Amino acid sequence: MVTSAAPRHAAPPVHAGPARMTATPPPIPTLLDSDVVRPAPPASRAIKAQVENFSFFYSTVQALADVSLPFRERAITALIGPSGCGKTTLLRCFNRMHDLYPGNRYVGRILLHPDNLNIVAREVDPISLRMRISMVFQKPNPFPKSIFENVAYGLRLRGIRSRSELEGRIQVALEDAALWGEVKDRLRKPAYDLSGGQQQRLCIARALANEPEVLLLDEPTSALDPIATSRIEDLIVELKERVTIAIVTHNMQQAARISDYTAFMYLGKLIEYGATAEVFQNPKCKETEDYVTGRFG
Amino acid sequence: MSTILSDNPVSGGIAGSRNGGLLPPLRSRSLLGRLAERFIESGLLLAAAFSVLITGGIVFVLVSESLPFFRHVSAREFLTDRLWTPMFADPHHGIMPLVAGTLTTTAVALLVAMPVGTLIAVWLSEFAPSRLREVLKPALELLAAVPTVVYGYFAVDFVTPALQAFIPDLPTFNMLGPGIVMGVMIIPYVSSLSEDAIRAVPMLLREGSYALGAGKFTTAMRVVYPAAFSGIASAYVLAISRAVGETMIVAIAAGQQPNLSFNPLDPAATITAFIVQVSLGDLPHGSIGYQSIFAAGVTLFVMTLGFNIIGAVMRRRYRQAY
Repeated sequence: MVTSAAPRHAAPPVHAGPARMTATPPPIPTLLDSDVVRPAPPASRAIKAQVENFSFFYSTVQALADVSLPFRERAITALIGPSGCGKTTLLRCFNRMHDLYPGNRYVGRILLHPDNLNIVAREVDPISLRMRISMVFQKPNPFPKSIFENVAYGLRLRGIRSRSELEGRIQVALEDAALWGEVKDRLRKPAYDLSGGQQQRLCIARALANEPEVLLLDEPTSALDPIATSRIEDLIVELKERVTIAIVTHNMQQAARISDYTAFMYLGKLIEYGATAEVFQNPKCKETEDYVTGRFG
Repeated sequence: MSTILSDNPVSGGIAGSRNGGLLPPLRSRSLLGRLAERFIESGLLLAAAFSVLITGGIVFVLVSESLPFFRHVSAREFLTDRLWTPMFADPHHGIMPLVAGTLTTTAVALLVAMPVGTLIAVWLSEFAPSRLREVLKPALELLAAVPTVVYGYFAVDFVTPALQAFIPDLPTFNMLGPGIVMGVMIIPYVSSLSEDAIRAVPMLLREGSYALGAGKFTTAMRVVYPAAFSGIASAYVLAISRAVGETMIVAIAAGQQPNLSFNPLDPAATITAFIVQVSLGDLPHGSIGYQSIFAAGVTLFVMTLGFNIIGAVMRRRYRQAY
C-alpha cells in the first residue's frame, strides 16, 4: 500500500550497496529486494525500555494484547503493521498520552531503564515522565507562537528563565534538528510561516530541547513530501547516537532504511521482532512476510 | 473534471460511452430547470441583501434626521461643549457627557464580563466533565435571556444598596451598579462564544503541549487560549457592542443626568438612556431637542462600528490556520 508512493530516490546514499546481505539469496524474492536495508546492528545494545506482558484497553475494547518487546539504546526501533494493529497505541503508552482521555486502562509493565521505572504505574507522574520521553506527532503541531517560543516552551516549563541560557539551548536544539540555518534570522516570526517540513523539524527541535532519553515518533513524515521526508530521515539517523528512538511508520521502505530493529504488529499482538534486516529479508512468520512484501495491509 | 463534465452539458455522450453504457448519458438541463435555479439563486441573494438593506435604511434615517440638528449646532460645539442640556432654556449640545457615561458603564461591564466569561469558557471546555458542561452552558445562557428591565431594578434595588455597604458615599444612581449588572448580563455572550472557539482548537495542539510536560492549566492558558484568540476576540467585540447599546439597565439605575465624568461612582446618562428619555417625553417633533436624539444615535452607531472594525482587524490578525 505504500510501495509506489515511497521516495526510493531519497534514500541516503551512505547505506547503499555494500550494506546489503548478499551472501545467500533470500528464500523468496521480496519486494524490498532492491531496496536499501540497514546493516544488522551490533549483536546487542543495552535495553533502554522493556515492554513486559503489556495490554491496553480503550475502556472495554482491547487494543494491545500481551506485548513484550525491548527498545534498545542508541538504536532506532520501528513499529510496523497495518492500520489498527496497535502500533500508535503502544507508542502513546510510553508518554502516557492515553491518560488524557477517560476510561483507558494499562495492564502489565513498561520498564524504563536505568532506574527501572514502570512508566504505566498509576503512581508515576505523567508530567515528569513526559519530560524524559518526548514525542513528535503525525502532523506538525507547532504552537501559535514564534519559532523561538515554540522551542522555549518545554524549557520554560522546566523553570529556565535566564535569557542567555534559553537562547543557547534553543540554538543547540535547532541545530540538532537541522533547522538553525533556515530560521536563525527569523526566530521571532510565527511558527506557522514555516513550510510543513520545517514545522516538523521545529517540532523535533522542541522535543530535543527537553533533552529526552527516549524520542517517540508517530509517523513523523506521513504529511510531508519526499524531500522533506528524506531530510527528516537523515536527521533521525543522526539523532539515534544520543537518544533512544521509537518510530511508527506505514512506510516500509522508511522502516528498512532507518531502523535497526523492527517490530511487526497485527491485531494488537506483536507478531515478530528482530533486527530490521532479519525481519525484512528473512521473516519468520507468514504474516510478516506477507506484510513486508506488500501482499496485504 | 470540472472542465469536462460540469461546464459542458453535451459531454454526456462521452461519459456514457466511456463507462461502457452502465450509466444513462448526462442530459443537458431543461430550460425550466435552469430558470428554477436562477430563481432560487436570486431568492437567496435577496435574503442576504435584506440585512444590508435594513442597515442602509437605518443609516439613511439617522443621517437625514440629524441633518437639521447639525444645521443648528456646529460639529465643533457637538464634540467640544462640556454640557448636554438640549431641553433647557439655555441649551448646550456637547455629546461628550453622554459618551463618557456610555464608555464608563461599558468599561465596568467589560471588567466583569471579560475575565469571568473567559475563565468560565476555559473551565467549561478544558476542565468541566462533559455531563456538567451540557447542563451548565444552557443555564448560563439564560443570563442573557432575563429581561433587561428586571436587571435594571436588580441594579437599583439590590446591587447598589449592597455596594453602599462598602462605599458609604455611593449615590443611589451611579454607573458602578448598572455596569456590574450589565457585565453579568453579557457574561454568556463572552463565555458561550469563547467556549466554542476554544473547543475548536484541535486536540493535536493540546497533545503537543502535554507531550512536552505541560500541565492542564498551562496548556489551557499558554497554548489553547492563544490558539483560540481570534474567536475569543470576536466574543469580546460582541460583548462590547452589546454593552454600548444596552439601554434599560442604565436608564433605570444610572440616573439620567448627563455628566462629563469617568468616575463610576458618579451618576450619569448614557447615549441610549438619553434617547429613551427623550422619546418618552413630550418634546415636540421637529424641535432641535427632538432632533438631538438622532445626532446621539449617529454617535452611537459610529462607536459601535468602530468597535466592530477593531474586532474584524483583530480577528484577521490572530487567525490561526491549524
